[in-house]
Amino acid sequence: MIAVVRFPGSLDHDSAVRAVEAAGGTATYAWHADRALPAGTRAVVLPGGFSYGDHLRPGAIASRSPIMDAVRQHADAGGLVLGICNGFQVLCEAGLLPGVLRTNATTSFVCRQVELEVLDHDTPFTRDLGAALSIPIKNHDGAWYGDPADARIVLSYGMENPLGSIGSAAGVANAQGNVLGLMPHPEEAVDRLLGSTDGLGLFTALVRA
Amino acid sequence: MTRVVVTVMPRDGVLDPQGQAVQGALGRLGFAGIHDVRLGRRIELELDGPDPLAQAREMCERLLANPLIEDFTVAIED
Repeated sequence: MIAVVRFPGSLDHDSAVRAVEAAGGTATYAWHADRALPAGTRAVVLPGGFSYGDHLRPGAIASRSPIMDAVRQHADAGGLVLGICNGFQVLCEAGLLPGVLRTNATTSFVCRQVELEVLDHDTPFTRDLGAALSIPIKNHDGAWYGDPADARIVLSYGMENPLGSIGSAAGVANAQGNVLGLMPHPEEAVDRLLGSTDGLGLFTALVRA
Repeated sequence: MTRVVVTVMPRDGVLDPQGQAVQGALGRLGFAGIHDVRLGRRIELELDGPDPLAQAREMCERLLANPLIEDFTVAIED
């Protein structure tokens, strides 16, 4: 069972559930005010959206919500946690991933397909991925800022770097590799009708956990 | 009751795209000689505790500012 956490202002939780199902798994929702993850949770997804209206800083208020203590315990025990877009921002604000997401260098919302390079195949998420993924981005505050020496930059925008991330980072993992955040939306790339199924592999990894 | 004003600003050396956008707009309005514009946030707190400044500082450290990218100051306002 994959737990998809909903915060006030989450948007992409339904897409995340569909992506888990497309990968052959089952998913259920957890609510931000819950103090425990649903029974039988094997892996956690923090979905995209604008939790708490992005007030203060994107992800800042959600990262201090009650469910995050349970997510932290799950991660500390080695469980997989995947943060997508706002979920990535929440994980950084919670200190579960290094760095922070800042306003795009363009100061604009960027919504389009991007070509990602998989730089690090030595995580549970990326072990079976190919060298490149075509996945869309849709965000306003997606520029990762941090010290590349302290971070595992797992996914990169390569030379393009459309948002102005340090190290062209698109996805960052913790040192153990069991927590991954990325700004692109793999849940929107799990069906040929949407132009790409390259996002499926990340959900297959969750289902396998 | 004490009013504490918290000011949160992007740290020196951290790119401030919002400040740059405002600087560009001011330039287009004809304002000259603008060397830099930086955007921050002012937070007003009405506090009752015995040490409102210390309390406000702890609030900054735990939520109101992100030390990776932001500096903060706290001050009591009359």
